[in-house]
Amino acid sequence: MMGYIVRRLLLTVPVLLGISVIVFLVISLIPGDPATAILGAYATPENVARINAELGLDKPLPVQFLTWLGGVLEGDLGRSYSLNRPVAAEVIDRLVPTLILAGAALTLCTLFGVLGGVVAAVKQYGWQDKLVTLLVLIGISTPSFFLGIVLILWFSVRLEWFPTGGMYALFGDGGLLDLLHHLALPALTLAVVATGVVARLTRANMLEVLRQDYVRTARAKGLREGRVIYKHALKNALVNIIPIIGIQTGFVLSGAVYIESVFQWPGIGRMLVTAISTRDILLVQGGVLVVAACYVLINLLADVLQAALDPRVKV
Amino acid sequence: MPDVVVETRDLCRSFGGGRRLLGGLKPLVRAVDGVSLRVERGRTLGIVGESGCGKSTLARMLVGLLEPSAGTIILDGKPVDERKRENRLDFHRKVQLVFQDPLSSLNPRKTVRQILEAPLQVLLGMSRAERAARVTELMRLVSLRPEFVDRYPHEFSGGQCQRIGIARALAAEPALIVLDEPVSALDVSIQAQVLRLLKDLQQRLGLTYVFISHDLAVVENICDRIAVMYFGKVVEEGSKADIFRRPAHDYTKLLLASVPVPGRRHSQR
Repeated sequence: MMGYIVRRLLLTVPVLLGISVIVFLVISLIPGDPATAILGAYATPENVARINAELGLDKPLPVQFLTWLGGVLEGDLGRSYSLNRPVAAEVIDRLVPTLILAGAALTLCTLFGVLGGVVAAVKQYGWQDKLVTLLVLIGISTPSFFLGIVLILWFSVRLEWFPTGGMYALFGDGGLLDLLHHLALPALTLAVVATGVVARLTRANMLEVLRQDYVRTARAKGLREGRVIYKHALKNALVNIIPIIGIQTGFVLSGAVYIESVFQWPGIGRMLVTAISTRDILLVQGGVLVVAACYVLINLLADVLQAALDPRVKV
Repeated sequence: MPDVVVETRDLCRSFGGGRRLLGGLKPLVRAVDGVSLRVERGRTLGIVGESGCGKSTLARMLVGLLEPSAGTIILDGKPVDERKRENRLDFHRKVQLVFQDPLSSLNPRKTVRQILEAPLQVLLGMSRAERAARVTELMRLVSLRPEFVDRYPHEFSGGQCQRIGIARALAAEPALIVLDEPVSALDVSIQAQVLRLLKDLQQRLGLTYVFISHDLAVVENICDRIAVMYFGKVVEEGSKADIFRRPAHDYTKLLLASVPVPGRRHSQR
């Protein structure tokens, strides 16, 4: 197992390198440049040329990329043009709120997705199945940013149950309860689509397992239905559900970009939106690299967990 | 007075029926329709018939996986529903099932030891030491090496998996084992081995089998009595010799004539 983990970790290096090259190229293709964004009204051709020379942006693209890569290998992600602070420090500051939001959304989607899928499968064609299928369809088809706005309008503006945005109250104590209060709506919004996907695939996997003879054997052995479903069916279905949850991490992390903007959540997604609009290439690079690394690591964790749960999976 | 282990009286099971959302009638299928059978202790009753004739539905009712729509199953002299009401686990201890697909009938996440120990723990309440000893004994009974107990099902061949399935069925020392096409998924040579094992176990332990199959050669090999099912009904029941030499019902004659035999031409049937 250790050998497998090391092999997979080594494989992440070319993946992250490829992502960096693509992001670098895409950012350089966008019209406008950081110097103009920084200088604003003072963007005379001389000033732009001076800033470009200072930032090293007058050099050819491959040289710029290799200079950045050399820095990354030494642990230096560069300096943000727009914020004038090290990219690494900014990314780390913004990563924690994103991980809190994504973690909460993943927990919600796992909990409700698996529960909904199991209920729908066990009560196949019953009203519970139809209700779950309808909710899943609505959840999957509603755009998250729209749902976010509707939730703000309803629960924050009308009912005043939750704040409209931010991570902590401006004059609050910054405690856990305050955080949960602020987290509820964005986490819920981010979780809806992923919950639908997890519920659908859990239902399909559970139906597949429930048809197996070993589930019938467990019933014929006299086990109570609850134990048959939990110990024999769900545990076997989980083997296929865990990688799906791993893949949902990607959707949750990418969804965080616009959900953080809707809810003014101070995470890496909102940072990326600002960095792209100010052409802050190094900040975009740093942010994308860290998010990609998180995605790869969570999927590795899902694969390791799957291998640990299923003796048939060889690693 | 023969010692009857299991008896069914006018057993019925139907599926479907009722009304659709807009009031139309849903079709009602009578999978098992008024079946009355009896199996004596230490004997094997074969149930034959084509696919969809209700054999497996009957098997599932016998082991308690399906409730009958009508009729009674009497196990060791007592109606099953009464038996279940009094002691559900005692009923499941008395009747065990062996499936057609040996691999899919074993939980892939459990080792052979866990698979064999489960009925010993749930149905017999054995201690850990007793279970370990019984698992070794069961492995020997089905001619598998006891040192394989900590392996997973996917590490065994189809024939070996079926032996594990048989060992699991034997674990709780049942009065009746229902075998639902237990050799259909196996190669012919492995079929012969498993059939020999079943006969041998029956002689040694005095087991009672209900053997469900669509393969007449297999049924002839292992059964004492045979019931022929057609569209949910038993159309003929008799001793092996009667059914094979003097079939009375047209469907039984058709079934016997349709068995392919090497070297026999169609016109000779």
